[in-house]
Amino acid sequence: MQINVLAFGQIAEAMNGESFTFSNINTTNDLIDYLMQQYASLKTLDYKIAVNKQIIHSNMPLNNHDTVALLPPFSGG
Amino acid sequence: MNNHLYDRYQRQILLKEFGTEAQAKLFNAKVLVIGAGGLGCPALQYLAAAGVGTIGIVDFDLIELSNLQRQTLYNTNDIGKHKTTVSAERINAFNPSIHIQTHTIQLNNTNAYNLIYNYDIVIDGTDNFSTKYLINDVCTILQKPLIYGAILRFEGQVSVFNLPNKQNICTNYRDLFATPPLPNNVPTCNEAGVIGVLPGIIGTMQAAEAIKIITNIGEPLCNKILSYNVLNNKSYLFDILPITHHSNNFPTTKTEIENFNYDWHCGLNDTVTEIEFYEFEELRKNEEIKIIDVREEGEIPKVEAFSCINIPLSNFVNKIQNIELTNRVVVFCQHGKRSIKAAQILKAKYNHLNIVSLKGGIVEWEKQFNDSIY
Repeated sequence: MQINVLAFGQIAEAMNGESFTFSNINTTNDLIDYLMQQYASLKTLDYKIAVNKQIIHSNMPLNNHDTVALLPPFSGG
Repeated sequence: MNNHLYDRYQRQILLKEFGTEAQAKLFNAKVLVIGAGGLGCPALQYLAAAGVGTIGIVDFDLIELSNLQRQTLYNTNDIGKHKTTVSAERINAFNPSIHIQTHTIQLNNTNAYNLIYNYDIVIDGTDNFSTKYLINDVCTILQKPLIYGAILRFEGQVSVFNLPNKQNICTNYRDLFATPPLPNNVPTCNEAGVIGVLPGIIGTMQAAEAIKIITNIGEPLCNKILSYNVLNNKSYLFDILPITHHSNNFPTTKTEIENFNYDWHCGLNDTVTEIEFYEFEELRKNEEIKIIDVREEGEIPKVEAFSCINIPLSNFVNKIQNIELTNRVVVFCQHGKRSIKAAQILKAKYNHLNIVSLKGGIVEWEKQFNDSIY
């Protein structure tokens, strides 16, 4: 099973890229745990998670080929 | 509509979705643009050009050299003048047939409600979370459509809050980010930079959303947030659903807004003591204090009335490694927000020292200083 991950703003900077594919990840919580292990600086960043474009606020199961996007808040004007 | 006005708007009246009816709707609309900076400048230009009948402009800042790279209503001769005055002058020249109201004030929890109340639509062109959450909460209480915009480095975000879709679903910023991030977790454009054309694009999109909402054409970005990247031209639309049970407290009435501390809510003065003008003056007279200006190079007003050292916040952490501090420290910036961040950083390193931040920043200090000598 494969999951696509898109990163924006500070998250893309912390992950050093904008688009990733990961396998063997079953829920959004698993994904976040995995990403925090891989990219330590994510721990101090804020972001919202979207599964197939829908913003979610709690853990969600993931299916093959789902796209998870990580959107940080911006304040610049 | 007289011939002169018809000629002015002829290209958009020609559109079959538009016509004279939409033009009349624009003329009757009242749009408030909060922040006449990177996002506000292009938004103001296009709203005025399109013929929005009443445009309000809120800003309390002065034009600086570092603004000109992206705030395209201003030119080099305008440095030091109020953004409200100059932007009103410019858009009045674009279109003298519209009514422009300037509000040269710092939007806060006591004035926001009554100001926003008088307009139909609000465009958020502000540059900090305290004000963004304040505007969001006021617009949500008043059920005013709010066109949100935010930028950083090469990416921008646009959304429309408090506008119900056909299914009557309506969301706002708190349905996306229910609580503000910690202040050190999100850099500002002052620290991380921004490419000049980006606010031009995002601010223009905000104007387009306002025109669509007023004239009832197309699909406004309600319940969606658009993320746009200028480097690769990629955009991504997120869907937002209402959060039905908020676990956090935030104001839901006018009175609650007036009693709410947005700076504290956004973690800005968690641990830092802020001093007022007169306290600062007392300290300057009576103590050997170290005064640090944390603004970036070239920001105005320049300080001549007292001596201070300049350590820009963008490189603060590195620069303070080599500095010896023994006395009480007062940090200041333009308006007193960045200096709180700087004070927090200093406190983490010199926890034995008394570190305070000048409330309202150098702009407020200068105002009170001038008042005190005349």
